[in-house]
Amino acid sequence: MKEKIIIVGNGMTAVKFCQKMVDAGLLNKFELTVVGEEPHYGYDRVHLTSYYTGTPVKDLHLAPKEWYKENSIEVIKNTKVIDIDKLKKTALLDNESALSYDILVLATGSSAFVPPIEGREKDGVFVYRTIYDLALIKEYVKDAKKGVVIGGGLLGLEAAKAIMDDGVECSIVDRNPWLMGRQLDKRGASFLHKKLDAHGLNIITDTNIARFLGDEKVTGVEFIDGTSIDTDIVIISSGIKARDELAVKAGLEVGKAGGILVDEGMETTFPGIYAIGECALAVGMIWGLVAPCYEMADVLVERLNGNDKSFTGSDMSTKLKLIGSEVASFGDALGNTPDCIPLMLENKFTHVYKRINISPDGKYLLGGILVGDAADYNMLLQIYKNKILLPPNPESLLTGASQGGGFKLSVLDLADDAVICSCEGVTKGKICGAIEDDDVTSVAGLKKCTKAGTGCGGCVPMVDDILTATLKKQGKDTKKVVCEHFDYTRQELYDIVKLEGIKTYTDLLHKKGHGAGCEICKPLTASLLASIWNEPIVKHQQIQDTNDKFLGNIQRGGTYSIVPRIPGGEITPEKLEVIGRIGKKYDLYCKITGGQRIDLFGARVDQLPTIWEELINEGFESGHAYGKSLRTVKSCVGSTWCRFGLHDSVSFAIEIENRYKGLRSPHKLKGGVSGCVRECAEARGKDFGIIATEKGWNLFVCGNGGANPAHAQLMASDIDSETCIKYLDRFLMYYIKTASPLTRTSKWLAGLEGGMEYLKEVVINDSLGMAEQFEKDMQYMVDTYKCEWKEVVDNPELRAKFKAFANSDEPDSSIKFVPMRNQKMPTPW
Amino acid sequence: MTSTTTIENPTKAITWHKTVKATDVPENGGVAALIDGQQIAIFNFTEKGEWYACQNLCPHKMEMALSRGLIGDANGEPKVACPFHKKSFSLETGECLNDSCNNIDVFPVKIEGDMVFVGL
Ligand code: SRM
Ligand SMILES: Cc1cc2nc3c(=O)[nH]c(=O)nc-3n(C[C@H](O)[C@H](O)[C@H](O)COP(=O)(O)OP(=O)(O)OC[C@H]3O[C@@H](n4cnc5c(N)ncnc54)[C@H](O)[C@@H]3O)c2cc1C
Ligand code: SF4
Ligand code: FES
Repeated sequence: MKEKIIIVGNGMTAVKFCQKMVDAGLLNKFELTVVGEEPHYGYDRVHLTSYYTGTPVKDLHLAPKEWYKENSIEVIKNTKVIDIDKLKKTALLDNESALSYDILVLATGSSAFVPPIEGREKDGVFVYRTIYDLALIKEYVKDAKKGVVIGGGLLGLEAAKAIMDDGVECSIVDRNPWLMGRQLDKRGASFLHKKLDAHGLNIITDTNIARFLGDEKVTGVEFIDGTSIDTDIVIISSGIKARDELAVKAGLEVGKAGGILVDEGMETTFPGIYAIGECALAVGMIWGLVAPCYEMADVLVERLNGNDKSFTGSDMSTKLKLIGSEVASFGDALGNTPDCIPLMLENKFTHVYKRINISPDGKYLLGGILVGDAADYNMLLQIYKNKILLPPNPESLLTGASQGGGFKLSVLDLADDAVICSCEGVTKGKICGAIEDDDVTSVAGLKKCTKAGTGCGGCVPMVDDILTATLKKQGKDTKKVVCEHFDYTRQELYDIVKLEGIKTYTDLLHKKGHGAGCEICKPLTASLLASIWNEPIVKHQQIQDTNDKFLGNIQRGGTYSIVPRIPGGEITPEKLEVIGRIGKKYDLYCKITGGQRIDLFGARVDQLPTIWEELINEGFESGHAYGKSLRTVKSCVGSTWCRFGLHDSVSFAIEIENRYKGLRSPHKLKGGVSGCVRECAEARGKDFGIIATEKGWNLFVCGNGGANPAHAQLMASDIDSETCIKYLDRFLMYYIKTASPLTRTSKWLAGLEGGMEYLKEVVINDSLGMAEQFEKDMQYMVDTYKCEWKEVVDNPELRAKFKAFANSDEPDSSIKFVPMRNQKMPTPW
Repeated sequence: MTSTTTIENPTKAITWHKTVKATDVPENGGVAALIDGQQIAIFNFTEKGEWYACQNLCPHKMEMALSRGLIGDANGEPKVACPFHKKSFSLETGECLNDSCNNIDVFPVKIEGDMVFVGL
């Protein structure tokens, strides 16, 4: 007979407990039943906010339904345990049935602590703990303009960010003098406050709320000094309260401030009943982070397996991405250790604050705080946790390896039992073992087989470092090969394709690769073939990503967008009318893009050739909005109309856009031409930017908008148009030849040894002796340009590929739209 | 337009549906076919000399998209990657290969004459 274990609560700890029981092979001795009050399978509460931003609940599940089935673990959802009969060993459920058990595990977690503020029952007052809470908030926030979050800890800031992203003007109230008082000292907090301020969060500290105002609905909060502010919604996140009500009812001992008292083996004061996770009062405290909760689950599993393991406390280090700023704190962050020596670095220019606390003898790192730049968090955490002897100049830790600091710890110096992933308790030894013994060669593989990096994800960069270092140590090649099918870098493949005259993917795979290819090496090869031979993209349709396959960007709902080229953003009223007429005829959603042209959305795949045919007949051509290729060259109106314009920036932009249109590259390319230094074309935010000067043009390269904006840097000043194009030809060809896949020019430059000075040498002084070749290669591309859409429109065989179903001419009836401001959009996900 | 025959199978009765001409499915590529109103993705995996079929619906965001995905393999396992967010699914088992996304249904394929048959 198997012993029967009932787990009360199906939260994060309960799921981890079940998984560890399975992994330990204990299911042949025990039978598991999980009873959870929420209507969901155990989900990832740590990433709860992603539910708010649209991730479906299913994606947050920690283990799929099938997994429970496969392991014969019974899950009872939507059901609460309301009483326990300790002597009869039964648990009473709220559906009035009773379950008997041999062992009871309480994993009831905690609830949000709601201070007894007058008016807290009003509509519009919420907590932030469960999917249900967030669903309510999401609905309510639709009509809210102003919000107040009470409690400036981790959760409060997360809640504030969520509603701010929904356009709510938000204030955060904390009774302490600064936010994140548990993690940050006053100086560090002042840096954080500045960042939050700049992002529009109103910070109110050092005060308490007296009551909530309003009749049925909350309309404001009143502070103890009698002042008040208006609000439409309140979210309370001022701490947690262990869910010990069931334990109290059953007569188990709980702490004064709550929490089910357990010993180091997770047993409560009644034998056979255990408590793990946030509901447990272990080693004198409630552990409100997931890593210690998982550790408790591990201890209990080990005990049930007959091993001697104890919970003796855990590390409360955290790293977070808050509104616009990284924040991390670890160990003794606030420097409470007597006589410890704090070292600090403040950079008001970059808004970075770092503090590390050193032991009085200067030998060990005790803890620290990072605000604004937490890149060195993992390394510092390891130095602290593994008591690594500090160098004689410990201040070098503050500048960190990333800024060229003196002290660089190699991951290989860490002890084998150094815990790298604290969420899953994975040691360096285990990770190295997987690499050395099981031949794992990728981070994804390591995640799968060791679980490292699958919790909060904070350790992933370090896992990557260990992987690279270990492979290197083994003498294995650690060059960035493109994928499992080719042992080459992109640059090597470029040379192979060019030198060996390879014209198809299959040929390349058979000659130089192995396996059957994948979604990484296929589009990459397509891009190489296009950059080198400039053959029609559609010729290689089966290795193109969907956007290149159907020559349009795929949208939500499965339709495509149509972006005709409008060089330099210049368009005649007649052509505008054509776009209007075609948009109307096919009922397409119409929008001016950020790239000075017009996007028509919502075309079905079977409509694409017909629509393009009409556009082409009216003199339009493909805008390559779907390709990793030249997009737009933005222009300002320049000297033709503008009273400050120095040269004709529009004509030059059009000339350049037409020169490089269709040019395939490792990532997309954008350019801009401004008529004077006022820079209305935002040219310096582009891969290449040209700005008129009194004497000619200034050429800037390697700028970028997007996720990591970078200003383009000056390559040459006061040059004439011809020289400008010559330099551009060389620059672009050099980039196309050498950049890694999907690397914009700014990132490519950052990785180029010698940086801008080196690039200038190559482009201007021809230090590689390649300039002539680059120019020739580019001229070949220019001369062989063809409009990809025209090729499809004119070719019946290619046109035939644009249909929804191979065995029917019906359009795809699953495509649905809803109306929006006199136009339409796809039905929301 | 599809003709159907039922054959005996010891475990489950499969109905073979005649779908498209084999030459209508590009080499190392896929198409969608409508079978009794259901959208099915059919792949001509020339590189492995195999044919595969699966549901066209990607379980991630419920997009009818898999036939438009790129096929390939991971450690020898044939797979298709959804064009939307690159979730990959085994074409042998339907298992989602990169995370906890739901699995998909896969169906047997046979070629008779110049036609592709899918068993549902
Ligand atoms: C339509 C448009 C938004 C708009 O309504 O204005 C747009 C739409 C998309 N952008 Fe963009 N971007 C648009 C202008 C921009 C701009 C502004 C600009 O070009 O001046 C930027 C910042 C400048 C830059 O690129 O440096 C921009 C930065 C991005 C990025 C981030 C690139 C980066 O290096 O970080 C992506 C993601 C990517 O390419 O990997 C992206 C990707 C996308 C994609 C292709 C995402 C996708 O794969 O579905 C969107 C396709 C929409 C569609 O279906 O057509 N879009 N995107 C704009 C089209 C411009 C055009 O006429 O071609
Ligand atoms: C928004 C948010 C962000 C967070 N971010 C982080 C983070 O970045 N890092 C970090 O380490 N931690 C974070 N946490 C904390 C982390 O989520 C918790 O530490 C973890 O969920 C604790 O797991 P648990 O299983 O003990 O409790 P829970 O996950 O709360 O699960 C307990 C479950 O038991 C159920 N239950 C209670 N009583 C009963 C009963 N009588 N009968 C049946 N079921 C019952 C509850 O309904 C609940 O589903 C965050 C928490 C929130 C809310
Ligand atoms: S940059 Fe501005 S000011 Fe200068 S020419 Fe262009 S529009 Fe005029
Ligand atoms: S819809 Fe298929 S991966 Fe997202």
